[in-house]
Amino acid sequence: MNTALVLVPILVPVAIAALYAAVGWRPGGTAWAGLLATALVAADAIALAATVTRHGPVRAAGGWLRADALSAWMLLGIGAVAVLACWASPAYLAAAPEPATPRRTRWYGTLLQLFIAAMATAVLAGNLGVLWVAVEATTIVTAFLVGHHRTRTALEAAWKYVVICSAAIAIALLGLVLLYDAARHAGLDGAHALDWSVLATHAHTLDPAVTRIAIGLAVLGFGAKAGLVPLHAWLPDAHSQAPAPVSALMSGVLLPVALYAVLRLKTVADPALGTGYLRTLLLIMALATLALATLLLIGQRDYKRMLAYSSMEHMGLIALAAAVGTRLAIAALLLHMAGHGLAKTVAFLSSGHILHHHPSSRIADVHALASRMPLLAGLFAAAVLALLGFPPAALFASELAIARAGASAGLGWAIAAALILVAIAFAALTVHSGRMLLGPRDPSTAPSTGITRRAALPLIAGLLGVTALGITIGPLSDLLNAAALAGAP
Amino acid sequence: MTDSSYAQYLDLAAGLFLLTAVGVLWRHQLAPMVRLFAVQGFALAAIVGILGAHHHSIELLLVAVGLGALRAGVLPWLAGRALRNAPAEARETRPVVNVASSLLAAAALTLLAYAVTRPLVALSPSPATTILPAAVTVVLVGFFILVTRRRALSQVVGFLLLDNGITATAFLTAAGVPLIVELGISFDLLLAVLVMQMLTTRLRAAFGTTDLDELRELHD
Repeated sequence: MNTALVLVPILVPVAIAALYAAVGWRPGGTAWAGLLATALVAADAIALAATVTRHGPVRAAGGWLRADALSAWMLLGIGAVAVLACWASPAYLAAAPEPATPRRTRWYGTLLQLFIAAMATAVLAGNLGVLWVAVEATTIVTAFLVGHHRTRTALEAAWKYVVICSAAIAIALLGLVLLYDAARHAGLDGAHALDWSVLATHAHTLDPAVTRIAIGLAVLGFGAKAGLVPLHAWLPDAHSQAPAPVSALMSGVLLPVALYAVLRLKTVADPALGTGYLRTLLLIMALATLALATLLLIGQRDYKRMLAYSSMEHMGLIALAAAVGTRLAIAALLLHMAGHGLAKTVAFLSSGHILHHHPSSRIADVHALASRMPLLAGLFAAAVLALLGFPPAALFASELAIARAGASAGLGWAIAAALILVAIAFAALTVHSGRMLLGPRDPSTAPSTGITRRAALPLIAGLLGVTALGITIGPLSDLLNAAALAGAP
Repeated sequence: MTDSSYAQYLDLAAGLFLLTAVGVLWRHQLAPMVRLFAVQGFALAAIVGILGAHHHSIELLLVAVGLGALRAGVLPWLAGRALRNAPAEARETRPVVNVASSLLAAAALTLLAYAVTRPLVALSPSPATTILPAAVTVVLVGFFILVTRRRALSQVVGFLLLDNGITATAFLTAAGVPLIVELGISFDLLLAVLVMQMLTTRLRAAFGTTDLDELRELHD
């Protein structure tokens, strides 16, 4: 039973990927199989969450897979965003100005499911080696999804993405290799030397000098996958060129999955090296990311790139919370990941529909959206407001909690610097979105919906989700507490 | 194999491993770069094979054969095929860093590798760990090629060098990561190179070249 709970989120998307590869993507038919698969993943995540909060961690496949409350929380996020992305995919592909060929939609369906399976494997891995393989696999399967549109810009983005991320993740591998070396010399046997739960309990026996190099390299590598400075250059290109549902998944859950790897490394690094080392490293990366994202948000001329830099800004905040590292900070970080995932999904999906009605993704090409396409404009505006941290969105509560946790951990100066940067980014996002939404309508054009009611349903569901999380986390509070405990033991 | 001949064989293989990396840095023709990479794959397999013979480990010997097939056979063949499809792309144009400076950089990177690996060697001094600086140098040289070369295929070779260096580090420090992880890593590497090769083809179709200086459409 427990083994099935851990295997379903990996095997079901793989099976559906095989289905797409075999019979292709049929609008009205197999196009909805992806939604079915992700609904199963989400349902499984709920069952897994109930099991681990009640009975503790679940192991499967001889310890190669392991789920605790933190894994279950991440899997819930993956399930929720994947459901929205797969729900919105048929409408997105059908509404594209030039319809994709059957060959491309077949690839799209297959790779999207493999992408979800790889992310599920990453958060359910009990071994840092398996986690690494899964994160690298996400790069490989998403490379072609980024290049889906086959335009020059899409191919350029795909190339940068695959080269920078593969190189960065190779650096992380070097870190894991050195960590393995340290663990072997501390007397752990081969099968357990990369098992993060075993490593965490034996952390004090690791050689500090080797562990310091190992953790530094691994955090740098996984940090690049999470869009943190210094290896972030791929992110705005890839997120702005990918099809909207893929951007939603990459921004909403793939970045947090990479940060999840950093959280697991943190449970090893802190007892081995003291909290100071990783805190300093993460503080530098977080503040540099926040500063860079804010600077580039100010002069931004492309709304999909604007959303991409907003993702970097939020990842910077999450890394800052990880640097603080107290239980409150980890809980706030996890809530922030969930809220940002849902809100950014809606923002990317609505921006995809906006792009279908306009010649380019330049902000200057979009005017008076609120009066021309009220429904679409409303969805986009609500998503941006949620991302800005307006209540009742979950990001309001989580940003406050991050600030409080940072201040009580004695990092008030870092929090103050971050809040100033967030305020500037807030102003930039407001001005740019305002330019797109407001303004007088050209009287010769009739108002149009821009998005059909049916296509709007997943977006509305996402907005309801982020609002509900902001009002009360209700039944999730036990899981969140247990997950925060796993992240900051 | 006696202990002293074991150390000598290991030093010899590591020397070849390092020299091929410097050779790749030296050449700007893509065909010799790929050939040198194949020789390096052989040197890597030899390092693992020598370790396997010394530790009397059948598993390591089998891994050595697999590594040799992948890195001296399949991957160079894939890179060579990409090259044959586009003979006009055979040369690195307008190198960002010229040959002399590249070789000086390689010397500096070697010194850096010695500095970085000191704690690793101190943890367990042995003939295997004393040649760790060579493996780490290859990692750094691979990264250097990735950053300074302008052809898509040279970047792929840089990435492969980086990976060879990491694999060598894994086997020299702890006789390799668990087999299932090693398999996953090799499989991922193969797929990554396939993806890069297919993207190269598409880039050439869209841009008419794989000179990455032409990739200038996305910026802020």
